[in-house]
Formats: sequence, C-alpha cells, structure tokens
Amino acid sequence: MSTPVLTCTNLCKSYKGDKMVLNNLNCSFSGGKIVGLLGPNGCGKSTLIKLVCGILVPDSGEIFVCGEPRSERTNAYISYLPERTYCNNSMRVDELINYFCDFYADFDADLARKMLLDLNIDATARLRTLSKGTKEKVQLIMVMARRAKLYLLDEPIAGVDPAARDYILQTIIGSYNPEATVIITTHLIHDIEPVLDEFAFLGNDGQILLSGVADDVRAEHGKSLNELFKEVFRCYASY
Amino acid sequence: MAWQFNSQEAVFVQIANRLRGDILKGLYPPDSQIPSVRHLATQAAVNPNTMQKALTCLEEEGLLYAKGTIGRFVTSDVCVLEAARERIRRDSVRNWLRQANELGISKQELIQYIQKEDENA
Repeated sequence: MSTPVLTCTNLCKSYKGDKMVLNNLNCSFSGGKIVGLLGPNGCGKSTLIKLVCGILVPDSGEIFVCGEPRSERTNAYISYLPERTYCNNSMRVDELINYFCDFYADFDADLARKMLLDLNIDATARLRTLSKGTKEKVQLIMVMARRAKLYLLDEPIAGVDPAARDYILQTIIGSYNPEATVIITTHLIHDIEPVLDEFAFLGNDGQILLSGVADDVRAEHGKSLNELFKEVFRCYASY
Repeated sequence: MAWQFNSQEAVFVQIANRLRGDILKGLYPPDSQIPSVRHLATQAAVNPNTMQKALTCLEEEGLLYAKGTIGRFVTSDVCVLEAARERIRRDSVRNWLRQANELGISKQELIQYIQKEDENA
C-alpha cells in the first residue's frame, strides 16, 4: 500500500473556543481516488479543507499530505478551489492564465486554454464582465489545469448550469492525473455519484459518520448515495 | 452527454447492460476494438474504475476479450453473441408476461392484444 495522499489524525478545530466543528476527526485517502466529502450544512466540510490548505490552524491533531506533515511545502502539491472566487475582477482571463503560470510550476496553460475553448469562454474578457457561473467555471479551469497531487474542490458545480456541470465532471475524470486524489464537497450528490470512487459522510459531531466505496452503496444499502445521505442524516436529526 | 442512471441498480451493472446492448445491436461489430476505459468513462461521466468493472463483467460473459495492452475487442464467436441475444429476448418476454400477470391479463388475452396492436401499427 502506497503512502496516502491525505491523512488526518485526531484533528480538532473550534471557532473562538466555542463550537467544536471537528472533533477528533480521523481520515485517510489514498492516491488515484475521487472522493466525495459529504455532510449537512455547517458540519465542517469547508473547515476540514481549509485546515488541509493551511488557511486555518487546527486546535490539535495532525495533517499529512503525501506522507509529509502539512507545511508551506505541501501546499505546492495541493490545488484548491475555494467556495468563493478570489480572482481579481479587473484581470482578463488570459492575464489570469499568466498569473497562474507564474505562481505554479505545475500549471498547464495549454490545457487551461483548451478548456476555456470547450466552454466557449472568451479569454480576452475581463472577469468583471463575466456572470457568476462563468467566473466559477474560469476558476475551476485554473484549478484543474494544475498537475497537482491533491485537488480540493469546495462546491465546484453548485453555481453552473447542468450542461457545463456534465463537462466539468468529465473534465475531472478525464484530465486529472491518475495518481492524484480529488476531494469534492457538494450537496449535488446525485450529479457526482457516478464519478466517485469513495465517499465520506461528515456528521454534525465533527467526525466521519460513514465512509466507503461508492460502487458498493447500492449493493449494500439498496439505494443510491443521495438516498442514503437523506436517510442517514434524517435519522441523525431526530436524536 | 453524460449517461443517465436509475437509483436502484449498481451503476456498473447499468453500464454493462447498455454496452451489451450496443454490442448486440452491432454498434461495435465483432472483432472491432471498443474505446478505451478512460474514453468511455469520460463519455459516460462515470469514474474510470466503475467503467472498468462494467467491462470486466462483459469480459467474463465472453462478449469482450483483452488483447494484451492494445485494448479490448468484441468477440467474433457467433455462438456467444447469439446466446447473449437470446438471453435478452427471453428476459424481455418474461417481463411482459410478469407485467401482464400483474394487470390480470391472461396469456390468451396477451396474444390477442399483441396481434391487435401489430395490425394497427
């Protein structure tokens, strides 16, 4: 068994010492997997991703990326799509490509241009002039055009139309490096289910409630992942 | 366009059914090479491992065979193809009979219905 791409041990995170968002969370994801990180609103999905990127600092616990303790160095392995876009609105799309080229050694500008073309996005347009959904597509293209080892996609398809959603999922399957792991958070479980290798349900108590192989869900539970999610979290709420 | 799947059956079973149909319809003729796992997975918008699983099923049924590292090919064994076709026909007819039974239609009536619809068609 090769080194997992991401391992979290006894991870705890609270905000202002108040609510424990992640409580002794343990998880490990091996290379070459597409993983759905799923859970109800406010369960800590984005918090977990931000901890892995180093945007937040854990209260306690450890994070390993490709076997190394999380650091500035491991950030180079990670391609992160945040919930909100951070790109400068006054930039043109092609300027953004140059920007990413300067920032990331593993950025593939030709791939980015090809994807822009596929989605009919004008590379000379300023970001300010693009719609919310188109801006999200541009941001996702930038993130997927890197040859990273770990992709962290926080709600990659929420704001885009169904046709582009198909394209984006196809891009995720078709263009990512087979050694790399892709972690996707979303509530659109039905859309991403066929794409997933594995899934992990993050519960409201800040721990992984249930995880497994996406293909086995139907055989084991007799229902789709989407239906399983509804069932698990419905039961959960009645306690 | 991404393929559509129902919520009951495992996705790889649904993919195998669809590809089996494509093979038997002659979309992929005997001895022709089928597209790569990655290509098919992208087309269907499913995980490559799921696609792999579906192709392995069809290999086990004898409809596909692997030629080293070149790729997968449709069998040229006419008996295997005909047997698969026969299975699908039999399964569909069994389905009609079951549905007719649920609707309270006797076999005699079912045959009459089929003849009548055929005349109207």
